[in-house]
Amino acid sequence: MLGPAPLGVKQLRHAFSTGFPSLGKNLRKPFQTLENRPYGWCCARGGAWCIFPPAMKETLYDKIWKRHVVAELGAGWTLLFIDRQLVHEVTSPQAFDGLRLAGRKVRHPELTFATLDHNVPTDDQTVIRDPVAKAQIEALRKNCREFGIRLFDIGTQDLGVVHIVGPELGITLPGTTVVCGDSHTATHGAFGALAHGIGTSEVEHVLATQTLRQKKFKTFRVEYAGRLQPHVTSKDMVLKLIGEIGTAGGTGCVLEFTGAAVRALSMEARMTICNMAIEAGARAGLIAPDETTFQYIATGDRPFAPRGAALDKAIADWKALATDPDATFERTLTLDCDRLVPQVTWGTSPGMVTDVTGVVPQPDAVRGYSRADVEAALAYMGLKPGMKITDIKLDTVFIGSCTNGRIEDFRQAAAVFKGRQVAAGVRALIVPGSARVKAQAEAEGLDKLFTAAGCEWRYAGCSMCLAMNPDQLRPGERCAATSNRNFEGRQGKGGRTHLVGPSMAAAAAVAGHFVDIRSWK
Amino acid sequence: MNPFTIHTGIVVPVDRANIDTDAIIPKQFLKLIGRTGFGEFLFNDWRYLENGQPNGEFTLNKPAFKGATILVARNNFGCGSSREHAVWAVAQYGLRVVIAPWRGEGGERIPGFADIFRNNCVKNGVLTLELSEAEVEKIFGLVNDQPGVQATVDLPKQTLTLHGKPEQVFQFEIDAGVKNYLLRGLDDIALTLEHEAAIAAFEKQHNVQLATA
Repeated sequence: MLGPAPLGVKQLRHAFSTGFPSLGKNLRKPFQTLENRPYGWCCARGGAWCIFPPAMKETLYDKIWKRHVVAELGAGWTLLFIDRQLVHEVTSPQAFDGLRLAGRKVRHPELTFATLDHNVPTDDQTVIRDPVAKAQIEALRKNCREFGIRLFDIGTQDLGVVHIVGPELGITLPGTTVVCGDSHTATHGAFGALAHGIGTSEVEHVLATQTLRQKKFKTFRVEYAGRLQPHVTSKDMVLKLIGEIGTAGGTGCVLEFTGAAVRALSMEARMTICNMAIEAGARAGLIAPDETTFQYIATGDRPFAPRGAALDKAIADWKALATDPDATFERTLTLDCDRLVPQVTWGTSPGMVTDVTGVVPQPDAVRGYSRADVEAALAYMGLKPGMKITDIKLDTVFIGSCTNGRIEDFRQAAAVFKGRQVAAGVRALIVPGSARVKAQAEAEGLDKLFTAAGCEWRYAGCSMCLAMNPDQLRPGERCAATSNRNFEGRQGKGGRTHLVGPSMAAAAAVAGHFVDIRSWK
Repeated sequence: MNPFTIHTGIVVPVDRANIDTDAIIPKQFLKLIGRTGFGEFLFNDWRYLENGQPNGEFTLNKPAFKGATILVARNNFGCGSSREHAVWAVAQYGLRVVIAPWRGEGGERIPGFADIFRNNCVKNGVLTLELSEAEVEKIFGLVNDQPGVQATVDLPKQTLTLHGKPEQVFQFEIDAGVKNYLLRGLDDIALTLEHEAAIAAFEKQHNVQLATA
């Protein structure tokens, strides 16, 4: 649509590079949109018309998306290329069956990585007593052999929870698209990777085609301003967000987490926030990669990450991923971290959360939940309105999961357990997120510290986060958990879950009830 | 997949918000490696008592709602995990339509269904039907007053007709791509493979950033 250019070449080049401000009053406001992006136009002397797309202001999400478009499918749907598929035993067997039935192959076995995590026992991994679990584990082994997929099996150093393994092995990289038949795939967004959970039909689709049929999500920026106080963690940041916007507040959106408080976080802490984006309803959470990200990828034994010149080249590319300064988001929210205090959930939805200094709320005083919802939650949880959070007594403490099962989480917990004992009658289960995390913790002597305090130190797995393996709550049992869901029955039928960060969970194990960790030296 | 065009059936209410996938299908049933046999475990912990007997208080077990194929619930249905087993349970129980309300308006509108659950429904020929909170409130009122009432969902016309006294008609919105997919009962892998040339061309120029390990 480019007419005869009335402007000099130099002027045009400048106009393109700056997004047209130099055209001054010749440039009119956007008069139409194409794929939600404005197109500018200018009226030049002599009556010739030029239509130019102005330099687009893109979000991190837009940039990753654009790099992966294979084809437009019509009605707003796009065929998107997938760089990595992570696979675990629970949501994959039916997908492999589907491939076999249709006589299809895995298109890119080298981009597919499998691990065993949901079903594996964490006390003794040499024996799987549950025959149904064993069949599922055997099915994944067989499928990986048949389709030529790499499996991080039990007994190997790379076994672990799928969302811990991806980042630590360098499989997860900025600017990539990552999927897995698991909603907590959002975790990988901490690297600036577009990552989200899919169902088994889509697992099969990606295995067969290495693509996904997608419609673009809305963009939602969550800015964490200010600075966290000591002992307040990224778990508190994300729980606070879910309390603010509700468990459906991010549905249909990709969340991008920005702000000084996010920039100050380690990669591990960032993963905790992105991990729980799905608990706010958002399939994906994103954090723009920065020096912290590059440093994480560049250090340690990450066999699938680029090294040397390839890494330098990749970093230069990753730096261009950040959201443009003037890019617009469909929704924005700012949360102040200066005054954020440790968070504790009191109900059966992650949005039912309050400050550790607070009380169990009155049924009609909870934003986003009806009186009936709150009454049902309190009845299930066995709690009365007005009760102080610090008066809630615990039976079990679970520290682990893809939310808080990395080495820094165990260091935080260990700092609390050091020189202290688990309260009488409390069971404290500490489950590393991967075999590598376990080995690292043991190299630092954390395992001995935990066992000396009276905790159980386990093998890697999802464990009591979803209680598919034998690690379960009994009916009525109350647990402080560093995991991600406090749904009814999540940790065992009738079990009652309170979500907290690792040092809050450790302190609760020592005291036998919740305490404000900030009050402990 | 069965195409979805016009469907008539009994409407069963489950009057709760945020019904999560752990409630729809508890984790112990996720160990099954087949794709069938999940229907009997739908809402397991609500549907059965400790002794394994049906819980008579739960609506699905009430005689008036026997054989129901349309379920109405509150907002944020299907939140939680990505387990497609939840949708298999819904479909294999015999449900073809789930109704839930959106909340808010305009740019702030919050969909009635969790993203991954809704997506999984499409793949299994289950229609997730969204209406306003006021409309869903009306449906609950009518279904509670006239238990066992039937409804007809006409996907081409995008209408839900409740055959109560009086009859009520609701118009619903649906994504054009999803509508086409449901109407035709398509196999999306076969559809995607029609783009084989585009995928192959893309792969030639795309950097997947994988170091050879």
